[in-house]
Amino acid sequence: MSDVKKFLYVNRKQPYGTIYALESLEVVLIGAAFEQDVSLAFVDDGVYQLTKGQDPSGIGMKNFSPTYTALGDYDINKIYVEKESLEARGLTIDDLQHLTWEDEDEDWAEKDSIRVVSASEMAEIMDQQDIVLSF
Amino acid sequence: MKFSILINEGPYQHQASDSAYKFIEAALEAGHEIFRVFFYHDGVNNSTRYTVPPQDDRNIQVRWSELAEKHDLDMVVCIAAAQRRGILDENEAQRQGKDGDNIAPGFRISGLGQLIEAGIQADRLVTFGD
Repeated sequence: MSDVKKFLYVNRKQPYGTIYALESLEVVLIGAAFEQDVSLAFVDDGVYQLTKGQDPSGIGMKNFSPTYTALGDYDINKIYVEKESLEARGLTIDDLQHLTWEDEDEDWAEKDSIRVVSASEMAEIMDQQDIVLSF
Repeated sequence: MKFSILINEGPYQHQASDSAYKFIEAALEAGHEIFRVFFYHDGVNNSTRYTVPPQDDRNIQVRWSELAEKHDLDMVVCIAAAQRRGILDENEAQRQGKDGDNIAPGFRISGLGQLIEAGIQADRLVTFGD
């Protein structure tokens, strides 16, 4: 499997309440081993997946949000968050975890992984993909 | 064209499995190839042979097993999603110390890597879900 495809994982749902967010993250982590061109998109209630300070202990669920901070170590550093979805929920990028990656080509400089993009930019990003997996 | 299919919802609760079945039938009829059918999330529930729907309704599991046999389809059930939901083959039942397995003919349990590979190998990956 030498050919590299562009994979986009679209996360549309809140982190708890259904299992889509957790099982999507499992696909992303397994998929990282295949050395494809991976991007993640967070839209609609999916933007809540990246919020800081999650504590689902009251509903007996595991807080899996620290896993997102490890994505940089898997060379997953294109994380697009839709601006309109943040705004509709009264959120800004400051409400999200600070996700970073280290750029091998620039002496391992630490760079931000999250890019806030408009809905129309998100449409273009989706249009450029070979595979869109929507969760 | 070579298709891979992802099914993310369980039978009867949701139309995803029915739609995927119809899509695959039509695709094969039109001369296309199905590289793999991958079952994820509650989609894994399509693969238990213990489903007993009313006799005047379609039997979704049997329909899948028959389609797989007729066209030699590769139908893969995600192991992590399956274990959460009590879908086991003989090996897994033994390994987990369970008293029986329930996987239906034509399905096989494997890892998520099979989904990524299905995306890489096919011309199109088509998702059926919510």
